[in-house]
Amino acid sequence: MQVLTYPFDSSEILKNRKKIKKQLLQKNRARIKKNIAILGGSTTNDIASILELFLLDNDIEPIFYQSEYGQYWQDAMFDNSKLDDFKPDIIYIHTTSKNITEFEFNMKNSAEAIEYRIKKQYSHFETMWQSLAQKYNCAIIQNNFEMPSYRLLGNKDVSDIHGKLWFINLLNIKFYEYAQNNNNFYINDINYLSARYGLDRWSDPQYWYLYKYALSLSAIPELAYNISNIIKSIFGKNKKALALDLDNTLWGGVVGDDGQAGLEIGHETPVAQAYHDFQSYIKQLKNLGITLTICSKNDIVNALDGLKHPDTVLTADDFVIIKANWDNKDENILKIADELNILPESIVFVDDNPAEREIVKSRLPMVEAPKMESVESYIRTLDRSGYFEVTTFSDDDISRNDMYKANIQRMLEQQKFNSYEDYLLELKMTATIESFKPVYIERIVQLTNKTNQFNLTTKRYTEGEIQEIYKSDDYIKLYGRLADKFGDNGIVSVVIGKIEATTLHIELWLMSCRVLKRDMEYAMLDTLVKNCLQKNLTKIIGYYYKTAKNAMVSDLYEKFGFKQLSSNENGNIVWELDLQNYKNKNKVIIVNSEKELV
Amino acid sequence: MNEIDVYNKLTEIFRDIFDDDSIEINSETSAADIEDWDSLEHINLISAVEKTFKMRFSMKQVSTMKNVGEMVSIILNASKK
Repeated sequence: MQVLTYPFDSSEILKNRKKIKKQLLQKNRARIKKNIAILGGSTTNDIASILELFLLDNDIEPIFYQSEYGQYWQDAMFDNSKLDDFKPDIIYIHTTSKNITEFEFNMKNSAEAIEYRIKKQYSHFETMWQSLAQKYNCAIIQNNFEMPSYRLLGNKDVSDIHGKLWFINLLNIKFYEYAQNNNNFYINDINYLSARYGLDRWSDPQYWYLYKYALSLSAIPELAYNISNIIKSIFGKNKKALALDLDNTLWGGVVGDDGQAGLEIGHETPVAQAYHDFQSYIKQLKNLGITLTICSKNDIVNALDGLKHPDTVLTADDFVIIKANWDNKDENILKIADELNILPESIVFVDDNPAEREIVKSRLPMVEAPKMESVESYIRTLDRSGYFEVTTFSDDDISRNDMYKANIQRMLEQQKFNSYEDYLLELKMTATIESFKPVYIERIVQLTNKTNQFNLTTKRYTEGEIQEIYKSDDYIKLYGRLADKFGDNGIVSVVIGKIEATTLHIELWLMSCRVLKRDMEYAMLDTLVKNCLQKNLTKIIGYYYKTAKNAMVSDLYEKFGFKQLSSNENGNIVWELDLQNYKNKNKVIIVNSEKELV
Repeated sequence: MNEIDVYNKLTEIFRDIFDDDSIEINSETSAADIEDWDSLEHINLISAVEKTFKMRFSMKQVSTMKNVGEMVSIILNASKK
């Protein structure tokens, strides 16, 4: 929704929050429900109500638990049946510098005494995080500390060990170290946020004394927006690809009119430098695993010529797909989505031309098209959009662009073969399909949260839950990795089944769309059945839960040879497979380098 | 700016905040008269009034204001300065 899109107007959001909420709820969208516990060291009601808007706008429907005023620590540390029953998916701890209790301003304090105080303050938090992690096994989002509003020692406050700034900075570093060592723990960086917003505007003493607000009302949307970006990312709602315009977006000028030599990019003029920096920023996004594509109204020859400019940072090689033609941009975006096997809503359209953005927005409302106003603000606009908030980062992210490129090569290869099976055989595919391993848990969690299309139950898991399943003998849990002559696709499939007596109930079956139509699902089934037989199981029950996005697997179990047991009016179906006389189905992938193909 | 202007603008703010276009206010209107007027919306309301009239209530005023009439006289006073 426009009013909630960066750069938003805080006072508009605050004033119209009821209206906005009503409008968001009226939209008939598939939403995921999440339980979010807010443990506050100050008043949190407004934070929850604004956070709700940003989350609803991203199809996440939050249900909130809020601790009584200032009771964050007690709520976390002592028996709390209310929170237990609530079963949080996320715990957000809203503490601020107001909650620092161990700092004492005394120039006589020794270095040891100060260090002791910092440690003591830190362990107050650390014991709480550990207790929460143990009890609830869910993601924890923790504020760091903002800088104080006054400095007794003036500029020396930051470097003198007696200063509060020194205290806060060291405490923050300890928080970051905990984040580095604990996967399901995320810092909500209010230190950065408040600095960017302006420390004087960030907090308002009147609001503190009157209502115990640690930050001013107008800063709350900023805070809520920042938290929502982390939550979005945790639940796999990051964007995956950029569709970039060329003329006046990646360089100054129009290549078709001005020619390569007339383009502004490089170091010669201020404008050229700004485009250079923007291209560098985009290139760094690519290194974070964001897929780059071009969507430009140009002749392809001119587009490629522009990308060969001697001072260009981005070259044709950096883009997985280049659509330079005169078709409508929304059509090109749909084609890009199709070729990458991702949903259009995973694409961000970057174009300086408001008319093009308008057309794309009107025809593809799910595609984000941020306002790119003038080149010097491009980076800021994209950077604050929260499209690519990093909460997990796997090896897979690093090599994603290469994988998509390999996929395009596969498409070309396919055209050489008469039969599809010949093509698959020629790919020389090898798969590793095994029980979960600790090193892959992060990637497995990531897949469970972002796979929408090839996903039978769309059950989302937190890292804690996957850890539990990994340790438990009550589950058969397989990951599948697929490689071929063009490259390694990494972990692409996950199956989790719960054993009850002699039956396996499949709680999760997903596969990355990157490897559609490669028969990987058959290889997974074969291995799953093998595992079941080793445990003397006799049948498998599969569940298909219909969502707006997983129609492509509605008949997967049928294709597998399952029999339909029941179905309901929501389109959900229960399937059963008798394991007697099961015959392996995969004929094209060598699994676990065990044997040659039949 | 006269009293009528202030009431007109205030009515608009009240309607936005409580998302109810039927709200009418007078000098006696207080939190007891509007269903959704809880402490949370009170903060929101004060903030929106301050923004609209480009003025600031003192902490004492915020904690002692009893009804819309008192709010209007504070706003009018501030506009004269």
